[in-house]
Amino acid sequence: MQRTWTDPIAWVGRSAVETAAAFGRFSVFGARATRAIADARTWGRMLVVQMARLGVASLPIALFIAGFTGIVLSLQASYTFTGMVPEYFVGALVGKTIILELGPVLTGLTLAGRVGANIAAEIGTMRVTEQIDALETLGYDPVSYLVVPRVLAGLLMFPVIVAFANAVGVLAGWITALNLLDMSTPEFVRGLRLFFKPFDVTFSLIKAASFGVAVTAVGSHFGFHTMGGAEAVGRSTTQAVVVSSMLILVLDAFWAVILL
Amino acid sequence: MSIELHGVRKAFGSRVILEDVSLTVEEGETLAVIGYSGVGKSVLLKSIVRLLEPDAGTVTVDGQEVGLLAREPLLELRRRIGYVFQFAALFDSMTVFDNVAMGLRRQGTMAEREIAVRVRESLGLVELEGFDERLPSQISGGQRKRVGLARAIATRPRYLLYDEPTTGLDPVTTTVIDRLIRKMAKELGVTSLVVTHDMQSAYRIATRIAMLDRGRIRFVGTPAEIQQAEDPVVRGFIEGRPELAQEAA
Repeated sequence: MQRTWTDPIAWVGRSAVETAAAFGRFSVFGARATRAIADARTWGRMLVVQMARLGVASLPIALFIAGFTGIVLSLQASYTFTGMVPEYFVGALVGKTIILELGPVLTGLTLAGRVGANIAAEIGTMRVTEQIDALETLGYDPVSYLVVPRVLAGLLMFPVIVAFANAVGVLAGWITALNLLDMSTPEFVRGLRLFFKPFDVTFSLIKAASFGVAVTAVGSHFGFHTMGGAEAVGRSTTQAVVVSSMLILVLDAFWAVILL
Repeated sequence: MSIELHGVRKAFGSRVILEDVSLTVEEGETLAVIGYSGVGKSVLLKSIVRLLEPDAGTVTVDGQEVGLLAREPLLELRRRIGYVFQFAALFDSMTVFDNVAMGLRRQGTMAEREIAVRVRESLGLVELEGFDERLPSQISGGQRKRVGLARAIATRPRYLLYDEPTTGLDPVTTTVIDRLIRKMAKELGVTSLVVTHDMQSAYRIATRIAMLDRGRIRFVGTPAEIQQAEDPVVRGFIEGRPELAQEAA
């Protein structure tokens, strides 16, 4: 087909329509999930299972990442401050950066890969193998049964994981400062307390809860609307990870503007 | 009490699958719907329980128009209809027992001990006693279909819808499934609608056979009547002679 000068304009128009349609579909899905919260008899017994699968099983990878982040932050802070800023500022930088930003965001991005992909692949496979249709024929609302417990588990468990990740990150930074930077515990703690505000923890956990909802809702959405076979499940999984990762960064900026 | 379809139309994009389908499934009968692959037999079945929404026409079950039902009455209606999926659609993370118990747990009218009795009874009806604790991945394709049937009958539905129940099975297992379909009709008194393209199966199980072709019901009659049919499209299909159908087209 011959290319014309209007092609790029048509592409922009098509993309805008597709994006608007995608937002529309996600909004309808969100409204359906919100309505399904009333059906506690269906999702109630699944909630604990999902909290264990999404939360407890995700702890090791989240703590691993937080630990190494704390080590690197401590070393980089010392490298940056040497000769210009008192050494105890290492504690301030490690604590503030972990709690406000890296704890929730790195954990969120990691769980977008682990939890978001898992949800999209699982629900997508259930869709293409007619298991979701089977749920409907047995009288279940599949949104109540599959989506609501996962989103609620994300809402409740992401803050718990992030709280542990924050603690491990700071702990790793402190151990690094003691062993590799010749700092003492009082020095590190002095820095840690210098700019610390209790609100920092609240801010961190609010972000984590919103990331939990975003990752699980996006994963559920793409899984639920999978059409086709194995290739479609793969596509849904990839889309879920990409979109939820982008959403985490958007939410990160959103909360910074709103709350700080 | 019956299932009635009037003027049902369903298209996916520009591709019209069902043009104008009208069909009645009478109480107590086993009606087999036959037709070429891709002709819309499964679409027809899914329209009855509103897994797919027809673009036009009406589907009525026990006098209730399915398309007009709100969410809760629709879920309640679905509990009266057992659905046996083409590839069983078992929940692969659950044991056979839990798969069969799903519908009963949803109903919420039985204690767990009564559910266990009903599940074992249903597994007994499909001759799968002792399979309770196995996972779907640990049983054969034919056994999976039988578990799917046990799950569908566990709630003792009034209707059973079978989507290609014998596709992909060896001849012996096919006969076993056919016998089970007859047994369900006889022992449980269910009204059945069976979608199939296996003529031998259709002759064995059906009290009436309907042929779906190019979006419409082309023929309805008893197994004896369809074998006497003169319509070349019907003859071409039941005798496996595509040249007859092509000539008619």
